[in-house]
Amino acid sequence: MTNLVEMTGIEKYFPGVHALKSVQFDLAAGEVHALMGENGAGKSTLMKILSGIYQRNGGTLRIEGKEVSPAAPREAQDLGIGIIHQELSLMNDLTVAQNIFIGREPLKSFGRLDEAALNSQTAEIFASMNLNLDPRTPVGSLTIAKQQMVEIAKALSYRSKVLIMDEPTAALNDAEIAELFVIIRRLKAEGVGIVYISHKMDELKQIADRVTVMRDGEYVGTMQAAETPISQIIAMMVGREVNGEPLQVPDLGDAQVSFEVVGLNRGSHIRDVSFSVKRGEILGFAGLMGAGRTEVARAIFGADTRDSGEIRVHGNPAAIKSPKDAVKAGIGYLSEDRKHFGLATGMNVRDNIGLASLDIFSGKTGVISDGEMSDIARSYIDKLGIRTPSELQEVRLLSGGNQQKVVIAKWLLRDCDILIFDEPTRGIDVGAKSEIYGLLEELAEQGKTIIVISSELPEIMRLSHRIAVMCEGRLTGILPGGKDTTQEDIMHLATQREAAMQVTEKAQ
Amino acid sequence: MSTAAAIETKKPIGAPAENGAYQKLLAFASLIALLIGFSVASPNFMQTSNIIAILQSTSVNGVLAVAATLVIITGGIDLSVGTLMTFCAVIAGVVLTYLGMPLIFGVIAAIGAGALCGLLSGTFVAKMKIPPFIATLGMMLMLKGLSLVISGTRPIYFNDTPGFDQISRGSLIGEVIPALPIPNGVLILFLVAGAASYILGRTVLGRYTFALGSNEEAVRLSGVNTDMWKMRIYALAGGICGIGGILIASRLNSAQPALGLGYELEAIAAVVIGGTSLAGGRGTILGTLVGALIMAVLANGLRVMSVAQEWQTVVTGAIIVLAVYADMARQKKRA
Repeated sequence: MTNLVEMTGIEKYFPGVHALKSVQFDLAAGEVHALMGENGAGKSTLMKILSGIYQRNGGTLRIEGKEVSPAAPREAQDLGIGIIHQELSLMNDLTVAQNIFIGREPLKSFGRLDEAALNSQTAEIFASMNLNLDPRTPVGSLTIAKQQMVEIAKALSYRSKVLIMDEPTAALNDAEIAELFVIIRRLKAEGVGIVYISHKMDELKQIADRVTVMRDGEYVGTMQAAETPISQIIAMMVGREVNGEPLQVPDLGDAQVSFEVVGLNRGSHIRDVSFSVKRGEILGFAGLMGAGRTEVARAIFGADTRDSGEIRVHGNPAAIKSPKDAVKAGIGYLSEDRKHFGLATGMNVRDNIGLASLDIFSGKTGVISDGEMSDIARSYIDKLGIRTPSELQEVRLLSGGNQQKVVIAKWLLRDCDILIFDEPTRGIDVGAKSEIYGLLEELAEQGKTIIVISSELPEIMRLSHRIAVMCEGRLTGILPGGKDTTQEDIMHLATQREAAMQVTEKAQ
Repeated sequence: MSTAAAIETKKPIGAPAENGAYQKLLAFASLIALLIGFSVASPNFMQTSNIIAILQSTSVNGVLAVAATLVIITGGIDLSVGTLMTFCAVIAGVVLTYLGMPLIFGVIAAIGAGALCGLLSGTFVAKMKIPPFIATLGMMLMLKGLSLVISGTRPIYFNDTPGFDQISRGSLIGEVIPALPIPNGVLILFLVAGAASYILGRTVLGRYTFALGSNEEAVRLSGVNTDMWKMRIYALAGGICGIGGILIASRLNSAQPALGLGYELEAIAAVVIGGTSLAGGRGTILGTLVGALIMAVLANGLRVMSVAQEWQTVVTGAIIVLAVYADMARQKKRA
């Protein structure tokens, strides 16, 4: 029997990046095939090629034995391939039925909409899924799980034979996940092939037939889900050697604790997180996407409100209600999304460096001394090695690494001695990465307190004196830095879900 | 990279100055072209009295446009500048004519009322998170109604306040240089524009004005109290509208409570023609002045050439579309 999907030797290049290196993947009818790998392993890129969003640069793609090259999502849909993105793409103000048939609404004469047909056709699809939902419900009033069902119904309405689900359970609670799995099993029974992308190990055992692991844009292997221990899958996911020189963890035995968080809570995103960092220490925060690391940083910084929790800076409780208070307490936050949260990209280097410290350059009158500001900006450009033609260059014209340095300069100028780096090297090329690493180490040596959040394990291991690991809003453990900790140790803590732990308890 | 080199050799001027430069140049060239065109078409156009009439007619719209520019650079919009102007004129009328207080109190009251109303708009936008369009639309209607209520729907005349009409119509410059009888209203416009330009380019308030329009969240995460600064900008814009109120009241020697609607759109048109981005973060006062002048020259020139008023409006509308299209085309090229 020919496979539903057969991908072999798939190559994909992006400017400067070899994203997929001879990757293979296949999918049989009536199968759930899990695709696993760390962030950036190439899972999404591969699936975007399958669903016509990207075009491959090499290799073959066969659907039911016939070689195809879908050039647009529409063509892939016509081939029977449906994809449900991680970010739901529904229009909240339209009804369920209007969403499902958007762009191909049944019409009456003179281009009038046929609402009755729209709703009855939607009802038919729901009936086939055994889903009890009124087609006239506005999508915005549904739970995330129900919206997911609507997305699935939408994909099925294209008569999809292949359904790609990108982290479908990321926003669902346990009951909703169970509901989703019922639907998935029913689709399976009808012969739909499902590609299931997820980070959650325990789900694999429940739902997947086979598992394919990818790493750094390469195919690692395919196994039967039921027979393969989770530890083996983790080893396949992280199995690369950590590059670079081994980390020297400094002896901080008698260093002062400079920053402390006790009992931090925020809804379901942050659950009772406590930790402390010493002067001159680099504390890494590891975890999978959605583990709540950025949420912790934003709550500490006052960018989001927190339900409870105390923050102590140099032993004194700091009342932080807004970023302004945090900055006053000496905390600087370097967001993962520099362009949205870190920089005014339309403004120049000088103004961005000075953005948090304009009061230094202006007297009581509020008049800015541009000359003084330029001098300071130039000194930071030298100190941090920011490559820019001048301090008056617009920031958007700089490379990612240099933009990051501008944000660092902003906080150094503000005299912040507690610095939270959220994905400090995202979108930064390899050469500039090590430069940023060197900079962080230098800052720590100077006695700053550094917190680094990163999704890249090698980065966490390269930098951290200690490693805090989060999973689903909880701090699941703090590991020592250096060579005693392996990537497997971190991954175990990062996938230690509450539900999974309960299961093992019951099993014992 | 040639732009970078050019910037490097230039003396540091306010960061955003280089941003709207192209559009400003385009607007300026258009203004010159209009002036040449009209003076060729009609010998009456370039006469001193006509030029002064043009400047005089620019003054009120120019001042309101300066106020609108400040708010627009933050990424907001102010629809209340016209009716706020009228409201401030009525307040001046109440203080001077009804209460019979000295001239200076009327001026202070008008500017103060403007600043307070601006602060209120700013509170709606910054604290209550009402979109600027809606907040200032509400303000626009409230102020229009209040002006009618306070004045009893009747104009308030300033006949009992000697010298009030001289605020706009007199000419301090003309007293010193008789050959150059530039009315005070125009002088005040240039003073207001100069001050606003200085605030935008040289002060913390100005820097935050651009920063808010450029990326408000980044500014907030830099530890800046963005709400407070936004309220200050709206208050400043309101105060400037108060000056506009004095100017128009002085020119008409009366506060006309029914006036004001439509002025906000003319002001916004001048801002846009002058190269300020409605998306925020980019813009100059000089551009706005040129924009206001283009509108005044166009209206005057077409009138001198005996083109019907209706057609002037059509041309103004077309100019706005063209000006913004030129700006869009340039941005697309840059991206």
